[in-house]
Amino acid sequence: MGELAVGKHVKYILSVEKRKDSFVSVVMDHIRMNGAYWGLTTLDLLGKLNTVDEDEVISWIMECQHESGGFAGNIGHDPHILYTLSAVQVLALFNKLDILDVDQIATYVSGLQNEDGSFSGDMWGEVDTRFSYIAICCLSILRRLDEINVEKAVNYIVSCKNLDGGFGCTPGGESHAGQIFCCVAALAITGSLHHVDKDRLGWWLCERQIKSGGLNGRPEKLPDVCYSWWVLSSLIMIDRVRWIDKEQLVKFILDCQDVENGGISDRPEDAVDVFHTYFGVAGLSLLEYPGLKAIDPAYAVPVDV
Amino acid sequence: MDSDEGDREPLSRRAEWSDVIPLPQDDGPNPVVPIAYKEDFRETMDYFRAIYQADERSPRALCLTREAILANPGNYTVWHFRRLVLQALNADLYEELDFLQQIANSNAKNYQLWHHRRWVIERLGADARAKELELNKEILSRDTKNYHAWSHRRWVLQALGGWEDELDYCHCLLEQDVFNNSAWNQRYFVITRSPFLGGLKAMRESEVRYTVKAILAQPINESPWRYLRGLYKDDIEALVNDPQVFSVCLKVMNTKSNYIFALIMLLDLLCNDFQPSQEFRDAVDALWTSDTHPLDSDLAKAICYILEHVDSLRAGYWMWRKSKLPQAA
Repeated sequence: MGELAVGKHVKYILSVEKRKDSFVSVVMDHIRMNGAYWGLTTLDLLGKLNTVDEDEVISWIMECQHESGGFAGNIGHDPHILYTLSAVQVLALFNKLDILDVDQIATYVSGLQNEDGSFSGDMWGEVDTRFSYIAICCLSILRRLDEINVEKAVNYIVSCKNLDGGFGCTPGGESHAGQIFCCVAALAITGSLHHVDKDRLGWWLCERQIKSGGLNGRPEKLPDVCYSWWVLSSLIMIDRVRWIDKEQLVKFILDCQDVENGGISDRPEDAVDVFHTYFGVAGLSLLEYPGLKAIDPAYAVPVDV
Repeated sequence: MDSDEGDREPLSRRAEWSDVIPLPQDDGPNPVVPIAYKEDFRETMDYFRAIYQADERSPRALCLTREAILANPGNYTVWHFRRLVLQALNADLYEELDFLQQIANSNAKNYQLWHHRRWVIERLGADARAKELELNKEILSRDTKNYHAWSHRRWVLQALGGWEDELDYCHCLLEQDVFNNSAWNQRYFVITRSPFLGGLKAMRESEVRYTVKAILAQPINESPWRYLRGLYKDDIEALVNDPQVFSVCLKVMNTKSNYIFALIMLLDLLCNDFQPSQEFRDAVDALWTSDTHPLDSDLAKAICYILEHVDSLRAGYWMWRKSKLPQAA
């Protein structure tokens, strides 16, 4: 089996931020906050968070906050719940949550809850169980879960449960590993895992593993390293991780590395990106790969944070 | 305004923009993630920032957001502002749908695009329904499992109707690809929620027949097996007693190939008091050719043992299943 090329991945992440003439980085400009979370959490898992300038990062993050309390993907953009969570998570990595006006953020997030318990991503109203997770995770980190109607939030998530034990983005939505992670983690954080049929869902999740050892997100789809996170963390949260072949999965993730230039891709031989680098390393952490910090399967930040 | 790279005229040279001072990206004094821009894109965004800051909701602003979106459809601030401009101008939203369809060609998985599309349809209402369902089919024809497209389609059906042809559409897709889990999911959605069909129980028998055919065509196909199970939601006894169900398990096992899901279904039936005839025992025995490790006399245990070996990635799961079986009387 190959090895995790730690040094290369650290170099890759640091270089991504500085790369010139990259149209890819240009189009990612508005989601830089997510990129910061993926890159910095990966560095922390690899024990290398100290390679970045903490003050620079934090002052940039705070410039992305709006009057409403929400954070944008970058300076000059509009606030959204996605970037608000990433901002909070990154500040948590640096143990600087105390600089936040928690009331302000809590007001923003709780204001996005709808009558039926669901959450919108921003003022324009898109509803998705991803946002339920984001709201719950964010407020939980800030210890303000009481600002939302937790019961209704849970009921909405449960209404998205399907017969196969999985969850979709909205009621009736196809079960999808990414949505499942969001729903299971939200239920875990709110102490509501009893709503999950763990045996049924556990089987659906372990069926995601295919011959190469990799995991897909839905039946008959291709494996992708990011599902090493979505599926694996879900299995861990419902205590069924023994149902997959861990060794084969480790091998798959390691095969997705670019050992020359650093970074991890969605599947072997494809182009790397920060998103998949994060999910690959996070997946390895959940698999207890040696040398990595442990990551929390629900909060998606290192356990020591 | 054309944003094809070949013949794009720089904004700085266009007469209609001569009164605007473009605003460059403010990365702060020490940008955390400094990036280099392609010139055209940089210019478009500089002008956009100026218009956005000035909150100018004009026809030229609308054109500019189009350029910015075509250059980078992921920028949610641009989409947000475009909505404000569309509202202010009371713009023709049917034209907006055409614009969205154009972008969907290369950005079918973009969250902002789908959200914007929903916003447009909400305003157009039922008149837009038929066209929208057709346009949605076009997008699905290029990627039949596009999660966003399916989610949007379900929303249109529930908000505006149009259920009548939906089951046929599912069938079409399954004829093209019986492994399409999204189409099976949609089928379930339709039979349980369409106001034109009788509901799950009423549809059950015909759907079981449909599913059995699909299984026999391709037995190693997760979706129809799950669908079959779903048809008997909350009514496990009926599942166990339906001859169509236990017969298809037997048929598939007797082919001695592609039998994993058939075995799994049989295991579930046995766990719910199914009383197998000798044929089932014989069929299972025929799948196991080792003399050194004979199968357990308890059929359910025997099945778990086989699955541990032929579905070895999930050996942990099958060992757990075996441990949960009731002890033999």
